[in-house]
Amino acid sequence: MSNSTSAYSLPFSSNTRGGFFKLIGLLLVAIGLLGMLVAAFGAEAVSPVLTGLGGIVSLSIGGILYIWEARSQKSVAEQNNGAWQNNMTARGASAWVVGVVLTGFYVLLYWYPDTLRGLTMAVEPISQWLRNRPADHWFLYGTFYTLAVMIMGVHALLKYRNSRYHIIRTISVIFFQLGFAFLLPGLLMLFNQPEFYFSYFWPLKYDYLFPGTVGYLVDNGAALGVFMVFWGAILSFAATPVLTYFWGKRWYCSWVCGCGGLAETAGDPYRHLSDKSKKAWQWEVAIIYPVFGFIIITTLILWINSWSEGRLLGNLSHGFSSTYGFFIGAIFSGVVGVGFYPIMGNRVWCRFGCPMAAYLGLLQKHFSRFRITTNGGQCISCGNCSTYCEMGIDVRHYAQQGEPIIRSSCVGCGICAHVCPRGVLKLENGPRDNRYAATPLIKRSDVNILS
Amino acid sequence: MQAAQHLVIIGNGVAGVTLAQHVRAKSTCRITLVSAESATHFSRPALMYVYMGHMRYKDILPYPDWYWSKNNLNQLHDKVTSVNFETKTLTLQKGEPVQYDVLVLATGSCPAFYNWPGQNLKGVQGLVTLQDLQSMEDNTKDIKEAVVVGGGLIGIEMAEMLRSRGIAVTMLVRELHYWYSVLPKQEAILVSDIIRKHGINLIFEDELASINPDAQGGVESITTKRGKQLTCQFVGIATGVKPNVSFLNNSGLNIDKGILVDEAFATNQPDVYAIGDCAQFNNPAPLAPAVEQLWYTARQHGETLAQTLTGTRQKYDRGPWFNSAKFLDIEYQTYGYVPATWDEKYGSLYWEHTAGYKAIRFLFEQDSGLLTGINLLGIRYRHDLCHHWLKQQYTIHQVMQELPAVNFDPEFFQHYEQELFIQYAAQFPAQATPPTKSNWWQLRKKFGLFSSSESC
Repeated sequence: MSNSTSAYSLPFSSNTRGGFFKLIGLLLVAIGLLGMLVAAFGAEAVSPVLTGLGGIVSLSIGGILYIWEARSQKSVAEQNNGAWQNNMTARGASAWVVGVVLTGFYVLLYWYPDTLRGLTMAVEPISQWLRNRPADHWFLYGTFYTLAVMIMGVHALLKYRNSRYHIIRTISVIFFQLGFAFLLPGLLMLFNQPEFYFSYFWPLKYDYLFPGTVGYLVDNGAALGVFMVFWGAILSFAATPVLTYFWGKRWYCSWVCGCGGLAETAGDPYRHLSDKSKKAWQWEVAIIYPVFGFIIITTLILWINSWSEGRLLGNLSHGFSSTYGFFIGAIFSGVVGVGFYPIMGNRVWCRFGCPMAAYLGLLQKHFSRFRITTNGGQCISCGNCSTYCEMGIDVRHYAQQGEPIIRSSCVGCGICAHVCPRGVLKLENGPRDNRYAATPLIKRSDVNILS
Repeated sequence: MQAAQHLVIIGNGVAGVTLAQHVRAKSTCRITLVSAESATHFSRPALMYVYMGHMRYKDILPYPDWYWSKNNLNQLHDKVTSVNFETKTLTLQKGEPVQYDVLVLATGSCPAFYNWPGQNLKGVQGLVTLQDLQSMEDNTKDIKEAVVVGGGLIGIEMAEMLRSRGIAVTMLVRELHYWYSVLPKQEAILVSDIIRKHGINLIFEDELASINPDAQGGVESITTKRGKQLTCQFVGIATGVKPNVSFLNNSGLNIDKGILVDEAFATNQPDVYAIGDCAQFNNPAPLAPAVEQLWYTARQHGETLAQTLTGTRQKYDRGPWFNSAKFLDIEYQTYGYVPATWDEKYGSLYWEHTAGYKAIRFLFEQDSGLLTGINLLGIRYRHDLCHHWLKQQYTIHQVMQELPAVNFDPEFFQHYEQELFIQYAAQFPAQATPPTKSNWWQLRKKFGLFSSSESC
């Protein structure tokens, strides 16, 4: 916990005090949105840099101003007030509007990028400055993505401000998004090197170990390209098991990964929307492992094909990888994964689709020191942990029996431990002996055996 | 319980449900839970989070629908109007009468009202049941001011709930500080300060005299015993709870405050038991109250009685006391015995953060050094280790050796056990050797502080 006393210097209220700055913030957001709209549709009439980039700046400043006012006037315990009552976070009309806008944006981005030309021109100066080349729709997307992580990162920092774990973790995801997934790839291009994301690995960034990409990196990046291939392979096959052994899946999913970064920041207000039912868990298992299997098979086939110079499998492997790219890469991770945040929660992709999560999850479940410990017999079965679990884990099921929570899907965000009103849960790494053993302070009834 | 027998439990709170689960684990007998309050079990301490919008009602149900049918636990949503102990029959308000072989009363508590003038006005209520939550929703619609009477755990819950809707709240507390009947002075002052900083108005050393009506039969204001008049449209009564047993009066059951039971929860009627808040021990253990009104003890009652009903008569032994709560954003844990005041037979170590939102207290016997209890505010300790210390009768000196292992705060949090140790060393310069580098996982293994059954 931070030593700052500022959190306690003012009487808190859920009323709209500090309304003035909130209003200014909202005004700037509205002007920003208007500017971006003009850039999108009126690029011929007015400079899209002026309206679009100006709009993005106005939206960012206004957003931060509003978030700052709204979140800091509430104490830490008040941050979830109204989560299930507010239209925006309880699948109300405004949530559907946001969902449709986000989904629509992904559809345009993947299949109709020309429609985004106005906005793409708006970020042209940033692209020129960073990468010394024209902006494209992917650069626009990267800019929006990084801004979302940063602005909503401020939101998360304020919401969880009494917890060092969440402060450090949030700064970490902002750092990796801004540095490793935005600035560094841009700088690589500035120096005429291949664009490369050092924070993404196979099997999430599946093509990094495809023969085509490997060949391209080695041919175009020379020594650096070789290093990139080496880096990717080491991270996937050596660093991932070792780091997961010591700290669980969380080192990646809620500290480094860009998808996780967006989920933990922009997606945080929607975390309670994840489905906690047994049915959802069955779907999860039925989808995520086949996706992982599919990516392994695709990678193997591509390599076999490459070594046999296409004689063995011909065009089949290309079909495999482009099928994956369309259904999983585009539709699943983008359109559904982010577009449906306000309806299905913020980790739909991570939970049901991500092959990296499947890989890390298997390691976490069977080969890790990580667990969430339940503190003796202190659970009051209130359900805050389960409700706010973005991965849809019924945390309470374990906690009320005094058992540790060891689930392959757990990304270790730590919010269950934060929202627990009795401080019953702790994310920790410990010896693997008796890792599943429960507290002796509750008698477990094991009633399920009877079925 | 034989397979053909029928166990009927009145009440589906944590006591009744725990009992049902543990009997089911060992017996295939018929089990029926009857509740007038709700169709299924919900977490009572979580009601406040539904009002505040953190959760929906369905989120505070600890077990999904399929759980009950899968485990063959029948649930009856009906009110028991009377019990005939001769014929072993329950009369229900809606349904057919129910025959039992064994009856367990787990009817819980209801708010204690003390005959204040105006206590039946609309807008005056306690907070115990699901129905209370619903009426609080209705009674607080579009109101501006509220008074909460009583400085205890339900009082602060109600105040926090009302603040979440932007309603101005005054808490009327009989003692000099918040919860001063339970918390030592320093802890009580710390918590009182936190409450005030959250914009809740606290009035100490005053009590409710009367509730004054408005023209529509609602609340206009209250008058205190010291003659203060406070304008409000809602009065939350949080002056304690009492066993919910009135429907059993004159039924032949021995009742004092609660249903009188022996140390294995048997009442004076054959095959009738009582557990949870509604039970009152004939001969309570030393330092233990006759009526235990806690979630945790209710669960333990259920666990214990299940052993008796499945063949091994077991006396209730709650072991070292523990409890926890949350005052707005400050968590509270207590282990063992820490009363509000103590005499010179006891010694105390107390550390408080300079910013005033964290505190640790150890209480021990001055002569023997025996640890009696621990209070924590804003800091989490490991229940299993604290329990072990109390159960094994550690002295404060032994405790200090294992102190580094006890913290349960999240990773990266600052630890303050070192500061507590400095105080200890000042009080006991002769005994103070620096703690061994004890680590929770080593102690857990050494003392076997985990359950051998792995159900995963």
